Amino acid sequence: MSFKLITLIVIVLGVVALAQLIRVYELSSKLRNRREEDITNRDNRLNANLLMGFTFFFYIGFIWLMLKYGWTGRGDAASVGGEETDWLLNLNFVIIIIVFFITNTLLFYFGYKYIRKPGVKAYYYPHNNKLELLWTVVPAVVLAVIIILGLKVWNSATSDASKEAIRVELFSKQFDWTARYAGEDNILGHFDYKLTTQENELALMTTESLDSAIRQMEFGKADGTVMGIQLLEEKLNNPKNIFIPEDLEKMENDLDRKTRLLRLLVQMRARHNKKWDAEAYDDIIQKDTLHLCVNKEYEMTFRAKDVIHSAYFPHFRAQMNTVPGLTTRLKMTPKYTTKQMRGKMKNPKFNYVLMCNKICGSAHYKMKMIVVVDSPSEYKAWLKSKQTFKDVFLAKPVEAAAATPLEGTVTPADTAKIIK
Amino acid sequence: MGALAHEAHGHHGAHDHHEHHEEGFVSKYIFSMDHKMIGKQYLLTAVFMGVVAMLLSILFRIQLAWPGESSDFLSMFLGETWAPGGVLKENMYLGLVTIHGTIMVFFLLTGGLSGTFSNILIPLQIGARDMASGFLNMLSYWMFFLSSMIMLCSLFIETGPAMAGWTIYPPLSALPQAIEGSGLGMTMWLVSMAIFIASSLLGSLNYIVTILNLRTAGMKMTRLPLTVWAFFVTAVLGVLSFPVLLSAALLLLMDRSAGTSFYLSDIIVGGEMLDNHGGSPLLYQHLFWFLGHPEVYIVLLPALGLSSEIIATNSRKPIFGYRAMIGSILAIGFLSFIVWGHHMFITGMNPFLGSVFVFTTLLIAIPSAVKVFNYLTTLWRGSLVLTPAMLFAIGLVSTFITGGVTGIILADSALDIAIHDTYFVVAHFHIVMGMSAVFGMFAGVYHWFPKMYGRMLNTRLGYAHFWITIVGAYGVFFPMHFVGLAGAPRRYYDYSVYGEFDTNSYEMIMDLNVIVTVFAIIAAIGQGFFLFNFFYSIFRGPKAVQNPWKSNTLEWTTPVEHMHGNWPGAIPEVHRWPYDYSKPGYEEDFVPQDVPLKEGEEEETH
Repeated sequence: MSFKLITLIVIVLGVVALAQLIRVYELSSKLRNRREEDITNRDNRLNANLLMGFTFFFYIGFIWLMLKYGWTGRGDAASVGGEETDWLLNLNFVIIIIVFFITNTLLFYFGYKYIRKPGVKAYYYPHNNKLELLWTVVPAVVLAVIIILGLKVWNSATSDASKEAIRVELFSKQFDWTARYAGEDNILGHFDYKLTTQENELALMTTESLDSAIRQMEFGKADGTVMGIQLLEEKLNNPKNIFIPEDLEKMENDLDRKTRLLRLLVQMRARHNKKWDAEAYDDIIQKDTLHLCVNKEYEMTFRAKDVIHSAYFPHFRAQMNTVPGLTTRLKMTPKYTTKQMRGKMKNPKFNYVLMCNKICGSAHYKMKMIVVVDSPSEYKAWLKSKQTFKDVFLAKPVEAAAATPLEGTVTPADTAKIIK
Repeated sequence: MGALAHEAHGHHGAHDHHEHHEEGFVSKYIFSMDHKMIGKQYLLTAVFMGVVAMLLSILFRIQLAWPGESSDFLSMFLGETWAPGGVLKENMYLGLVTIHGTIMVFFLLTGGLSGTFSNILIPLQIGARDMASGFLNMLSYWMFFLSSMIMLCSLFIETGPAMAGWTIYPPLSALPQAIEGSGLGMTMWLVSMAIFIASSLLGSLNYIVTILNLRTAGMKMTRLPLTVWAFFVTAVLGVLSFPVLLSAALLLLMDRSAGTSFYLSDIIVGGEMLDNHGGSPLLYQHLFWFLGHPEVYIVLLPALGLSSEIIATNSRKPIFGYRAMIGSILAIGFLSFIVWGHHMFITGMNPFLGSVFVFTTLLIAIPSAVKVFNYLTTLWRGSLVLTPAMLFAIGLVSTFITGGVTGIILADSALDIAIHDTYFVVAHFHIVMGMSAVFGMFAGVYHWFPKMYGRMLNTRLGYAHFWITIVGAYGVFFPMHFVGLAGAPRRYYDYSVYGEFDTNSYEMIMDLNVIVTVFAIIAAIGQGFFLFNFFYSIFRGPKAVQNPWKSNTLEWTTPVEHMHGNWPGAIPEVHRWPYDYSKPGYEEDFVPQDVPLKEGEEEETH
């Protein structure tokens, strides 16, 4: 409270003081017969000098920032493609910093040099076609170079990955990442978001996962975490149940939606080819850290469960949005293991990271995954220790719920209470 | 209406005008159809919205510099709901960022800049009694006001304002389950923007019609001041691109409330499996940026137009390469429609499409470079009078350069991969669009204040304001480049997360964030000088003379006291281009446009 009061008093006093100063200034102007629009030579000179002073401190500040923080804010690029990006980035920086210094210097210097001087009239110089042609053509030529080099790097960065590239999928949701490795066949299994269940968070498509998803849609789960169509229908059809209109509407909408989804699932099941099962079953699902092998090419594909996220690897200079309903991809080849990079960065605690770089909700800033780049032997050992999707998913079958009332749902007794 | 009436009355002599001056308070100050009053209404609304948006930015800058620390300032403005214990809530951080961006881009820089100066200057500079339709003009302002109020109100509702960033990408903006602000807050955002777009269209159509049809005798298109050219192209851009944003917003409204799937596909949110299928979030992004990029130039061109006029006047020299300046305005306007994809290099858009957009985007650098060099040549061997307006105009050229060159990096898709959506982008667009446009706006206010209010602003306060603003604003946005190059993503609530994987970057980012916030606070306090000067001078500033800056354009031939129809007698006829400063053969260093050519004098054919 006292803080607010003091702030208020300071502001009021400041405004009053300013008003008084202005009064004094105006009176003195009046005495000297000076009009507001007449800029005195003294004021003109003062501001011209300030322009030069500003330029000086502006450049000092820029150079200080460059020396202190420079381009090494996140270290050298740690991927093969990233090195190309860095090379081009440095080249572009050299060009634009030169342009920045030349044009800003000219601007501020002219502002300083050509201020009004008694007896000197401005030079009437309305145009000069040759000059204008010059500064159309020179930027055009420089830009042509920038465009050609840029497109070269862009094409090599976005061309298809080689056949041998390791396939990894990154699955994003609010607010974490899950990785899926393609397993021995190096083929990522099929998926469809409608197959998402608690046991199959990445919605992989196999005969069993299809059956399980259909069962859960129809009958729900025994532990009551999922309400099936059957139970919903039973509740809605029971004449003894009385619902609040909002609840009723929600349940009816739920039922409609689930019925539609079930129909699609059944169609999907009918079209399913059993051969695809193996592609999904050998996949390896990995949370918390992403392990990569040094000097191997990766083709990463991305999926999003809820909203748009962006997979951003600042150290590999790689980035791609993850979009619901769309599979996006990028390729990259890590060049240094985490250990090597720690040496290069002179920081024993350094880790590569995968961050979310598209606003995705309140905890957006926490959505990240540590990336570890292993040597080939470490990578092999780590991979061996992992269970495949088959091991995890088929370990225990899911029980379907019987049609009994579930906890947290509205029973006639509850509604009666509300009405009373 | 007023314009026609006066055209008719003009022949009857001066006494007729008296009956029009007796107006009630409401028709003079509130539902006015006079372009000068509407311009001032736009300006006041925009200044108010600008102060709000600046305050919002200070609130979230405090969180960024000192994350998790309790702040009296935050609790004073946000209370226990949004800053429990003086610490900003994560959701509200995103809400503040979103509304800051929206207000700054649309309400300050679009409404405020183009709305204010198009209204005030177009009729005065082309020699017209008023806008083509005073009524539509009034409607345009009041819709702008209404949309501003709706946007402001959305800050005060229980679930908070829109929180999906000013670009409101779906699905985040479509699903209230994904973030609180996508409920009522987003609905209000969309309604507000729909009204804003209608307002902008009414305004723009009016500007276009006025410029094409109501020019005075002798005012050829090639004798128009560059301000009017800039307003003209701006209005054309607005008419062609804002409807696309409206369509994007309508489709989003339908996705939110009518169960359509334009932008939604295969989504599970809040444990609920949605059955929307086949929509594409990329569709929204295409539609949004089809407005979004021309919008940058809708913001920037008026500022460049104003500064052209101010620099020529205060250099006492003709603007260098008048035709090239018009050409580059047209080229920038045209190119701005075919570059929107550079916002989407890494969204999953086809990489080949990306390369096309690289090409078109980098082309914009050519007309921009022409403009910069023409400004420089205008200053060269001039006789500069460093008024506050002139200083802001010089500042604008500097920020246009500084922000422009980093655009070359971002337009290059191969480099964009590394810095997309980082603070480098934030630095880039704040300098090139934010600072430039705001400097242009300040320059315009300082230069045309005598025309608007018949009084002078205090010059000394203007100087203080300029120097604090340029130092403060560069101090804010220059270090941000380095934060971005360190890889810091934008729209992060707390950069302490860096401590978990890279302590070096963490220290650097936190250090720079403190520097940035301190400069932001300095710059914000500096605006106090402007606000004080502005409101004090409206009422108590020294009386202005008719042509204080010895300028050539027609607005300075009107009397200081405002009147309906602008000129007491006949509208002046135009005989020359507006940039005859220091022309050899004349005693004075300026020759207003309505002065006939001397015998044997050749008109500048530029």
